[in-house]
Amino acid sequence: MEGKPVGRRVVLGMMGTGVAGILFGSKAADLLERVVAPIASRDGTGFLSLFPVGRFRIYTVTGRLHSRSDVDYRLTVNGAVDTPVTLTLDDLRAMPATRMTKDFQCVTGWRVRDVKWTGVRLADLLDKAGAKQGSWGVRLLSFDGVYTETLTMDQARRDDVIVAYELHGKPVTAAHGGPARLYVAPMYGYKSIKWLETVEVSETEARAGYWEVRGYDTDAWIGKSNGRDDRPV
Amino acid sequence: MTAQSEVPARARLERFDGAELALHWVNAGLFAVLIATAAILYIGPLTALVGRRELIRYLHVVTGLALPFPLIAARLGPWRPAFVADVRALARFDDDDRRWLRSLGRAKNVRMGKFHPGQKLNAAFTLGAIVVMLATGAIMHWFDYFPVDWRTGATFVHDWLAITLAVVILGHIKMALSDGDARRGMSQGWVPTIWARRHRSKWYEEMTGHAASPGRGGGPPAPD
Repeated sequence: MEGKPVGRRVVLGMMGTGVAGILFGSKAADLLERVVAPIASRDGTGFLSLFPVGRFRIYTVTGRLHSRSDVDYRLTVNGAVDTPVTLTLDDLRAMPATRMTKDFQCVTGWRVRDVKWTGVRLADLLDKAGAKQGSWGVRLLSFDGVYTETLTMDQARRDDVIVAYELHGKPVTAAHGGPARLYVAPMYGYKSIKWLETVEVSETEARAGYWEVRGYDTDAWIGKSNGRDDRPV
Repeated sequence: MTAQSEVPARARLERFDGAELALHWVNAGLFAVLIATAAILYIGPLTALVGRRELIRYLHVVTGLALPFPLIAARLGPWRPAFVADVRALARFDDDDRRWLRSLGRAKNVRMGKFHPGQKLNAAFTLGAIVVMLATGAIMHWFDYFPVDWRTGATFVHDWLAITLAVVILGHIKMALSDGDARRGMSQGWVPTIWARRHRSKWYEEMTGHAASPGRGGGPPAPD
């Protein structure tokens, strides 16, 4: 058959581009995020959020999104404490607020820059309930009924670990883990448990969390775990 | 468009055999599952609605891994001659095709073989996309065996190519919806001879031995 093998060139060209993308895509993604993220954040239509640049991806591990209204929401701190406490969303809002603007880094590679978080330091909640001295740490449970996480006491008491109820100045939506979720700034996103319902202080080492029993690192420091070298937050 | 009953058997040209039709529709089915599961994994509100991330991801990966097998079966089975001949026809661009390409689709009086150059580009792009999506998808799934940067890079390529692929597939469907006779080629395997004479004149000549435009072999097709 006469003619030029243009089809083969298209296929080979795509394979070449694909290999280049695998090798250098992380740099390209980083660059794109710097350029596009400021534009996307001003896009009122949400159309730009469909493109894979600087966007949150909503992960749930259960069959459906479990939502809870602001009124029905309760956060309990129990376990090895002097007095278990159960707080409403208003109780949380009445406590001293911590605000920080920090990136959210997922262990699968995506990163959302300059997210504005508002919440209560987990340390304040532990003090409110009177967590026992010398406890190992906390086990965190989600009201999705499945997801769990753990933090050692040193990790839980850091200033950049908060129970967040606002994201970019607005209430945390159900998709993002509202009414309140954890935000563990220095660790990969899976530590920042969504739909937080229970903080259980544990005197002995707690059973590993949902992703940890599936092979992810328990001490999920950004850039120093899971074999990744991302810029720390 | 011509209703099927109006086209007697002698006014039809066979375009694809049964194995080719099966290949096309099995591929279409796999792509439909891939697109649906991808949308659930990727588009926030859909993710929230459906959940079951582990199951959806499993479906997506398994369906993706299944993609090469219909193609391999088409290439190796006893039914391969028609498939092999069509792949060859799709891969090659003759002078007319290249004139169409260079003019970015604006050239007039381009005489087509069995496939329009746009169809050829679509076929090549889809094959290339399958290879790249499989490779990047494999890196994303078995990330432990690859450097960390590759995982981010593979995700980047997988995401952008998926969006491009979605646009191309929408275009493919739109073209199919706009031409009922061509569509019948892929649903029943034949096209009306008159369609081939108008739209695929070189293929018409190959198949029938008649000139598409009597007396003007290389010229423009006869007015409708």
